[in-house]
Amino acid sequence: MEDSLFSIAINGIFVKNFLLVQFLGLCSFVGVSKETKSAAGMSAAVLFVMIMASIASFLIYTYLLEPFGLTFLTTISFIIVIAFLVQLVEFIIRKFSPPLYRSLGIFLPLITTNCAILGVVILNARLDYTFVQSLFYGISAGLGYSMVMLIMSAIREKANSLKVPEAIEGLPHAFFITTLLSMAFVSYFGVIPT
Amino acid sequence: MADMTISGEYFRGIVKDNPVFSLVLGLCPVLAVTTSVENAIGMAGAALFVLLGSNVMVSALRNQIPPITRIPMFIIIICTFVTIIDMVMEAYTPPLYKSLGIFIPLIVVNCIIIGRAEAYASKNTVKFSIVDALGIGTGFLIVLVIIGAIRELLGTGAIVPFGFKLISIPITPATFMILPGGAFMTIGVLMAIVNYNRIRKARKGGQ
Repeated sequence: MEDSLFSIAINGIFVKNFLLVQFLGLCSFVGVSKETKSAAGMSAAVLFVMIMASIASFLIYTYLLEPFGLTFLTTISFIIVIAFLVQLVEFIIRKFSPPLYRSLGIFLPLITTNCAILGVVILNARLDYTFVQSLFYGISAGLGYSMVMLIMSAIREKANSLKVPEAIEGLPHAFFITTLLSMAFVSYFGVIPT
Repeated sequence: MADMTISGEYFRGIVKDNPVFSLVLGLCPVLAVTTSVENAIGMAGAALFVLLGSNVMVSALRNQIPPITRIPMFIIIICTFVTIIDMVMEAYTPPLYKSLGIFIPLIVVNCIIIGRAEAYASKNTVKFSIVDALGIGTGFLIVLVIIGAIRELLGTGAIVPFGFKLISIPITPATFMILPGGAFMTIGVLMAIVNYNRIRKARKGGQ
């Protein structure tokens, strides 16, 4: 399977958008998208960890798990790598940029259990991507996630002032907004001929 | 907690603590795999197996696990069971495994399972943890099957789980329901109905 870098990027950002088409990382999407500021913080943290995790998991999968026939340990080693990376990132940010830590800090622990991150690294392993392809997929998936997160939080901030029936307030309302957004993204299907 | 009964704990998991509608946990698989009833049953079965295994292990080891390392221990226990079900499904039900895709390994980060390990199994006996796992698992199964049935029926015009035709209705299939948008809409409508009932009940109780 030979995917060009361009098609990987378009796929990750639009056609197979992680939130709206593949349903990965919805917990954080619903929970954090109430205001733009926290949505931006979460997106930045996810983007960062996604890129790091793509690199680290590629190295571990290709040089450690595959040569020694340990592929049954894939899931467990990836989750440990992600947890380790999140700790490391938290540590580095706290050391070098306290203001950034203050704004990102509370989101970092949440990322370990974000299925979007584990989703990227497992997809990379299953699709047999090369190093550059994995890196690109990580970056574009993170960008797609951030884009939808920011759009959604902007809409929800505006929608806060709407008067809706009591039963629809909150989560159902968020899901109806997401329905419309997702329908827009469905029209990207077929942009890349398969 | 002397007044815990087995049936009470079981139905609590289905109704009051329903993982999807009350706790709003584990949304990703709920929306992603419910394009058909067959996928919904497969996913809920896998989740039930992992939940049962992790609840039993965690509650059996609850006095041995030091509190400070409990989260990594839970994750490793859950990972073990996920790897088992992943390999079993790959070997015995390849078509189902293929359509569930990456959502089987992603059970590891499903908040329902680690949530139950943390909130219930680490504080209760093995017997009640089994009941809790069965109750929560059944609640999850019911929600998945309802959403799967709605989407499959409206999206394809018939419900065909495991090659056995259950119902078919003479409509033009609305492909929208199979697409991602249909999933968001279905869960939005279902949540609104649940909220409506809850509000009505609360009003009645208040008067």
